Amino acid sequence: MSMQIDLNVLAEVQQFLYREARLQDSHAYDEWEALWTDDAIYWIPANGADIDPEEQMSIIYDNRSRIGLRIKQFHTGQRHTQMPQSALGRVVSNIEILSDDGHEIKVASNALIYESNLRGETVWATRNEFVLRRSDDGLRMARKKVVLVNNDKPIYTLSFLV
Amino acid sequence: MESQSIIARSTPDFGQLVQRDRIHGSLYTDEQIFQLELEKIWYKTWVYVGHATEVPNANDFVMKSIGPQEIIMTRDRDGQIHLLQNRCPHRGNQLCAEAKGNKGVFTCPYHRWAFSNTGKLRGYPYPDGYETVNRDELGLGKVTRVAEYKGFVFGSFAAEGPSLEEHLGRGGRDAIDRLVMTSPEGEVQITAGFLQHKAKANWKFLVENETDGYHPQFVHDSIFSVAKSGIGDLYGGASTAVARDLGDGHTENDLRPEFRRIGKLMNWFGTTEERLPEYVEKMKAAYGEEKAREIMIDGTPHVMIFPNLFIAEIQIFVIQAVAVDETIQHVTALQFKGAPDLNRRLRQQTMGSVGPAGFLLADDSEMYERTQRGVAAKNPEWNYLGRGIHREREDEEGYLVADNTDEVTTRGIWRHYRELMEAE
Repeated sequence: MSMQIDLNVLAEVQQFLYREARLQDSHAYDEWEALWTDDAIYWIPANGADIDPEEQMSIIYDNRSRIGLRIKQFHTGQRHTQMPQSALGRVVSNIEILSDDGHEIKVASNALIYESNLRGETVWATRNEFVLRRSDDGLRMARKKVVLVNNDKPIYTLSFLV
Repeated sequence: MESQSIIARSTPDFGQLVQRDRIHGSLYTDEQIFQLELEKIWYKTWVYVGHATEVPNANDFVMKSIGPQEIIMTRDRDGQIHLLQNRCPHRGNQLCAEAKGNKGVFTCPYHRWAFSNTGKLRGYPYPDGYETVNRDELGLGKVTRVAEYKGFVFGSFAAEGPSLEEHLGRGGRDAIDRLVMTSPEGEVQITAGFLQHKAKANWKFLVENETDGYHPQFVHDSIFSVAKSGIGDLYGGASTAVARDLGDGHTENDLRPEFRRIGKLMNWFGTTEERLPEYVEKMKAAYGEEKAREIMIDGTPHVMIFPNLFIAEIQIFVIQAVAVDETIQHVTALQFKGAPDLNRRLRQQTMGSVGPAGFLLADDSEMYERTQRGVAAKNPEWNYLGRGIHREREDEEGYLVADNTDEVTTRGIWRHYRELMEAE
């Protein structure tokens, strides 16, 4: 069943995701943190896309307060794995609106991230799912799930904003 | 014989490379030394493989490892655990490509040879082509010795040698004994799945770091300060905690003196008894008021069991040496039978702390990788391990201890390493 896509909504979502990607690539921690709602969940599962994060280990399973802690840790200037910061360039694509109830928009997208740091160069491929919520200040992220396509395998440190 | 000496490099002199207060940088970077370590440590001594609760039911299996070797840990229909090599004895094909599952028979996809989960060859297609074959000689390769201590399953490729209990020694056994008592039912469960974190570094940097009490305040200050964690103080200059060499390469940071001084239940886990009322009640019912208080004040151990099992208070790390400059850390939250409220918090804390994005381990791994690159420099050739050498002392149990920030642990690891590498 195909859904009638509102091109204005699609454009708004695209702009939001590109903005998020730019803030992440440029390590704009506070501006990125401001994109989240107060009840946010930021989830990077391990060992598959559909594990139960309440029971099984995830790479990241942050509530809003832990997202804040993550940002505070960067700001100490002592987060060694990001000193120097990773040089990043990511491409966000395959943006698809899955549903829109007027309040929340469910979105799928893919990202390909090129990271260069002291260790060397790493390419990360992710399939993302968002719940974006409309607010007075525009769209906000209520939920972001990042499925690394190789999350069933050993991976190197992943300490930039993904 | 002369031509042979031109081709083969002489065996490294480990007595020269490993000294009491310094070790040579090539021990982390030399490919030949890594190959010798596989032979003399990983494929000889007892290596931790997995936990019995990872294969709870008959015919369960889970993929594990011993160094670079893939090992299928199975439980047969009679309940016995086997450690099998992932190689079809016919033409060498990888037999199993799944991370875990339940089956009594493993069938090779190449020519459909079938093996029971005990390793025995069950059959093959068109058997008339094998009229003279003895099937008993074509079973799966097995880890020669398998032994379990309170659910922790170890394997050794050596047919002979110390028993697992001898290998663990009093110190290693005591650590696991203390650990399982954190459960009101006396059992650890490994059920939350593993994070797999890769580091471009030699495995020994990880082993050393696990009981290096000198680094936490510096490497982890970023998270201790913002999370207002008391962990850093346990590794401070004023801490009464001690670093201990348990012998046979096993080492620990014993934090109990600090926890006893503070004397608060569940402080070891950074929480209070009020937040875990159900757990505290169950513990008191299980062990009696006094013993339960003792357990809940002392907390779980911080012990590195050589060469690859690190019990880190709230989680376990399994260290897998893959190459001279590549190591995988498999890590999961400890779960204690009969303690669901504690277990939920253990999972949450573990996810925050460790793994590729962990508040702690991402920075530890950064240090592993930088050290790997650092020791490639030609000068100085040595790493200096002399911290606290003047204040090492024997404790009442006869173990060598020193201040919690001292390198008595690292020296203990290397002393044992040298013995293993010099053994015939």
